[in-house]
Formats: sequence, structure tokens, C-alpha cells
Amino acid sequence: MWLLYLPLVIPVLAGAAARPLANRLEPRQATWLLTSATVALAGCSTAALALLAAYAAARAPILAALGDYSQSVMRRGDPISAAAGTVAALALAGAAVAVVVMFRNWIRALVESYRRAARLSADDGIVVVPGSAIEAYALPGWPGRIVVSGCLLDRLDDDRRAALIAHEQAHLDGRHHLFAAVARLAAAANPLLLPVARSVEYTVERWADERAAAVTGDRRMVAQTIGQVAFLAPPRRRRATGIGLAVIGSHALPRSAAWAGPVPRRVAALLAAPPRRRTILLAACTAIVLLAGISALEAASDLHALLELAQAAG
Amino acid sequence: MHDLDPRHEAGGPPSQARRAAGALESEVLAILRGASEPLSPGDVRQRLETGQGSALSYSTVVTIVSRLHAKGLLARQRAGRGFTYTPVDEASLAAGRMNQALGNGADHDAVLSRFVSGLSRRDARLLRGLLVGDAGPQAGDPGRDEERG
Repeated sequence: MWLLYLPLVIPVLAGAAARPLANRLEPRQATWLLTSATVALAGCSTAALALLAAYAAARAPILAALGDYSQSVMRRGDPISAAAGTVAALALAGAAVAVVVMFRNWIRALVESYRRAARLSADDGIVVVPGSAIEAYALPGWPGRIVVSGCLLDRLDDDRRAALIAHEQAHLDGRHHLFAAVARLAAAANPLLLPVARSVEYTVERWADERAAAVTGDRRMVAQTIGQVAFLAPPRRRRATGIGLAVIGSHALPRSAAWAGPVPRRVAALLAAPPRRRTILLAACTAIVLLAGISALEAASDLHALLELAQAAG
Repeated sequence: MHDLDPRHEAGGPPSQARRAAGALESEVLAILRGASEPLSPGDVRQRLETGQGSALSYSTVVTIVSRLHAKGLLARQRAGRGFTYTPVDEASLAAGRMNQALGNGADHDAVLSRFVSGLSRRDARLLRGLLVGDAGPQAGDPGRDEERG
């Protein structure tokens, strides 16, 4: 019966592995892997919670009468304590609420973004806004817009402007906001997956960086652009994201920078050699995610078998 | 431009009212954009009447301009006991929209992909090290801005 708990444990592993993976894998590969892993693992852990809750519920006399199965057989075969079942039911309810709320907020933000993008008039999809802010972002829409402050453009030479625009264009073309949103929704269902969702936000940035490097043909220049813009932006007061978990550094970064914020990691990755595809690593990660899925399925079929047994007796 | 009437027959009351309000808003906006000076709701009502023939109540006009003001399309100045209104120019509109877009954080972080994120002190140190280590002469300059931070 320990199998039932496996889908709940693997997300912890995934949370710890996300950052090193994001550092090592080719960004596009990493984005797909981490995003689908969050969805799969959130699905599995939710299913496991549902099963735990179902076991507990199956002990209730009313349900036994309704379902016409033997309660004593259920009790004998039931490996789950009532307390565990209750905790699982509560966690399940919490996850459902979190996902619904986050989904609603996300849809709202997306609709708002599309509306703004439609209203902003743009040459070549680029909106230059006045003012002293140092700001540049991709606004998803139909078509999406790249919003850049004139103040920032003024400080960049032509090459670096091209790098910035190529980066934002890559976000729009690749619909990177969808990856980030899907991963976050999954993490809402299971907060243990939050580090994985954050890593997706990082890998889409890396993906766009690599696109910009391909478009401009100059990795080093893209790295310098990111550095320059980061220094122009007001310093951040919040603590750097992600602490402690990632002890395995990337070969591209000095060991101290492996747990640094996103900007130094992106710059270091661009200054290093272009990332290679790592098929074995990818396959290993996929296998672990599949293991979670299989154990959830296995546990489900156990419950089903037990119910059938109890029904035959009842 | 004032073709509101044909729809009065067709649509049900709520949609008709909403559509009329939208049309009126753009009409009022057009009047204010055409005006050379700030206008009070009374001035707007006067000009609307000469164009449209049918009279709008003063409070309707006040509602419309207030709504436009709330949307950030009009700026207002106090004049005596009331306000006068001027249209907001395109450039400040765009800036206003950007601020709006940046304003309510968490929601928008869900869809925006920012190029620029501020650096923590440690990140700044690391980054300077990386750039100096790599690019020699060029890399010194971006770091200077940060020293005050």
C-alpha cells in the first residue's frame, strides 16, 4: 500500500531536482519536461489524495449500504486509517479551491492582456512607451505586443536593441506564458511542485535568450545586453528566489552562482557553450514521472479490487 | 455619426442602453478632443445638443464624463464648484496603460514576460564578476550604475 504514497513523495524529489535540471538541460527541452512533469505529478498526487479519501469514505456505513458492499471486508482490507483519509480529503478540497481561484485569476489576467494588446497601436508589434521607467515585456495578445520604454531603448545600441526585441518576440512566438501558467496551476494543486513551476519561469527565459542568440548570432552580446539592462533596473529588495535546495551546480556556473538569482544564471549560461540535448537525463526524468503515474494507477486498481471483493461478500 | 435610433427597435432594453452609452462616450470624447479648451459637463451637453437634436439630461452627461475620467481617458481640473475636462493625449495614455499593466502585480505576472528584473546585491556582484571576467573593457561600465544600490 506504500505505493499510494509514492505519488505524494515524488513531487518532493521533483522540487529538489528542478533547479539543477533547469541549469543543465537545453532550455526548450527543460521547459517541456518540467511543465509536463508538473502537470503529471500534480495529476498523480491529486489522484492519490482522492484514493486515500475514497478509502476512508468507503468505511462509512451509509456508503456501504448504498453501494451494497460488505463493510467488514472493506475494514479488513482497508490499509488507510480514518485520520489519513480525512487529511487527504481536506488537502484535496484545498487543492481544488486553489486551482479554481488561480485559474480564474489567470483567465482574467489573460483577457486583460489581450484587451490591452488590442488597444495598443504598434509598429511591427513593438510599443514604445514614454516615461522614465526601465521596462520591457511581452504582452500576450492577438497579435501579442512587445512593450518597451523609450528610456530603455535610448540606452541600448542597435545590436542590443535587436537582442532585446528578439528575446521578447521569442516569448510571444513560443507562447511561453502558457508554459508558466500551466506549471503554476499544477503547483496550485500541489504546492510541493512550486520549485518546479518557478524553474519553468526560468527555463522560458533561457529559451528566449537562446532564440535571441540564434537570431542575432552573438551569444556574448545577448549576455551583455541582459547584464546591462539588469543593472539599469532598480535593485531588487526581495530575497533572491530559491534557496538551499540546489546543491548540484551547473558546469556553466561557478558553484556559488548555482543558487543565484535568474539574471546571473542566464548570463553565465550564455557565456558558456550552447546547451546540448541530453537524451539520457531526459529519459531518466520521464521514467521517474511515469513511476508516479503507474503507482497511482496501481493503487487505484487495488481499491477497485477491494471494492469488488467487498461487494461480492455484501 | 449619430445613428443611434435604428437600433432602438431591434435590441432589448439592456443591450440597447449599453450600446447607447458606449456610443455616447465616444461622442463626448470626440467633442472634447475637438475642443480647444477644457469643457465643463454643461458645455459638453450644449455641444451634444446642437449635434444631436435630442436633449440629454445634465446628470447623464456628468455620468459619462466621470466614467471617461475613471477610465483614464479624460483629465479633469477643478473649476468653481465643478470640474472641467480635457482629453488625455495619446502618449500619456500609453504610459498610463503601461502603469496600469504593471500596477496590480500578481495577476499580471501570470501573463507578462519581463526582460528586466532587478538584481539583489549578491546577484549584482556575481553578474559583474561574470561580465568583467568575460568581456574585459566593455563590461566595466554597466556595473557603475549599481554602486549606489
